[in-house]
Amino acid sequence: MIGVYHPGTSPVHRTPALAKLGVLAVLVTVVAVLPSLAALGAASVVVVALFGLARVPARIAWRQVAPILWILAFAVPVQWIFAGWEAAATMGVRLVLAVALAAVYTLTTPVSATLDAMQVLLRPFRRWIDPDRVGLALALAIRCVPLLAELVREVMEARRARGAEGSPTAFAVPVIVRALRTADHLGDALMARGIDD
Amino acid sequence: MSGIRFEDVGHRFGDERVVDDVTLELTERRVGIVGANGSGKSTLARMINGLVTPTEGRVEVDGLDVARHGREVRRRVGFVFTDADTQIVMPTVREDVAFTLRRHRLDAADAAARVDATLDRFGLADLADRPAHRLSGGQKQLLALAAVLVGEPSIVVADEPTTLLDARNARRIAEHFETLDQQLVVVSHQLELLESFDRVVVMEAGRVVADDEPRPALDAYRALIG
Repeated sequence: MIGVYHPGTSPVHRTPALAKLGVLAVLVTVVAVLPSLAALGAASVVVVALFGLARVPARIAWRQVAPILWILAFAVPVQWIFAGWEAAATMGVRLVLAVALAAVYTLTTPVSATLDAMQVLLRPFRRWIDPDRVGLALALAIRCVPLLAELVREVMEARRARGAEGSPTAFAVPVIVRALRTADHLGDALMARGIDD
Repeated sequence: MSGIRFEDVGHRFGDERVVDDVTLELTERRVGIVGANGSGKSTLARMINGLVTPTEGRVEVDGLDVARHGREVRRRVGFVFTDADTQIVMPTVREDVAFTLRRHRLDAADAAARVDATLDRFGLADLADRPAHRLSGGQKQLLALAAVLVGEPSIVVADEPTTLLDARNARRIAEHFETLDQQLVVVSHQLELLESFDRVVVMEAGRVVADDEPRPALDAYRALIG
C-alpha cells in the first residue's frame, strides 16, 4: 500500500509536494464525510481521473489498492451484520478511495521531496520538533516496508524448509530478532553517514 | 598529521575483551585487515569513524581524536558495511546517494550535479529512479559505495564489503577500490582482494599478530588458520 515513486513528468508529478499534501488532506477529508454512495461514486471518478492525469499505469495503481481489499474482506461483512449493507459499502468505498488518494501522492512524489515539504511544514514548530528527524522517520518507515517484507519472506521459507509451518514461535521469534538486528544495523548506517551529528 | 592512529587501544563488551592493546599508525593508501571471526577486526574498523568508542586508549584520524571530534571525523571517513541492504536509507537509488549530501548543505544544482556524476561513475545512472530494494546484491553494494563517495571523504573504511557477493560482483567492487583516490581500509576474509594492497594487518583474539606487506602478512594468516 505504500507505493514507491513512479517517475514521470505529468502535471501531478510537477506539482510541489507541499501542495499535493494539502490537496490530499482535503480530498481524504471530503471522502470521509461524503454521506451517500452516489457521492462516493462521483469521488471515485475523480480519483480515477487523478491516476490518469498522473499517467500511472492501471497495473501499478491496482497494486497499491489491492492489499486493502484483504482487510475489507473481513471488515465489510462485520459492518454489514451490525449496521446494514449501505453502511458497509460506504465504509469500504471510503477506505479504498483514501488508500488510492495516498497512492497517487506516493507514486508521484519522491521521498526526498516529502522530506523537504516536512521541513517547511514543521518550521513554525522548530522549537519543539526537529523537522529533519520527522522527515527522516517518515523516509525510514517507507524504506522499511520492503525490508521487513523480505525478512518475513525469508523466515517463512526457512520455517517451511524445517517443516515448522504451523509454529507461531518459529515465525515470531526469528522475525522479531532479525527486525531488531536490522534496526540496529540501520542505526549504525545512519550514524556512519553522519545523520545524528 | 594525516592518516589513522590507534594508540594503546582496547575494547571490552562486558567481560569480553575484543580488542587488546593495539597500537598502529596507518598512513598507506590501501590497508587490509584480516582475522578469523571474533578476532576484533570489525570492531577495530568501526573505531575509525566512531561507530565504536574504545574503552581504553585513543583513535585519531588526521590528528583528530575520534571520541571528541566524531562529527568532523565522520565527514572525513566513509563507511561501507557488509550488508548493503541495511545501509540503504532512501527508497530510490538517486535519493539514497543524494541523502548523504543533505548534511553538506549544498545548493540543489550542485548537489544534483554531484549525484549525477557519482551515479555515472558507478554505472547506476540508468537505475537512478529504481527502488533501491529491487537492485541485485552487487548493484546494492555499488550503491552503498556510491552513497559514501558522493560525500567526498578522505578515507573509506569497508567492513567485509564483498562477503555477500558472488565472484563477479566482488571483482567489480575490487575494481572500484583500485580507482579510489582516498585512503582505503578494508576488512575482508577474501584474501585475493588484499593481495595488491600496500599493507595487511592480521588480527587474532583482539591483538595484532602480523603487520606487513600483503604476501608475508597473508602467509602468516594462512599459517594461523591452518
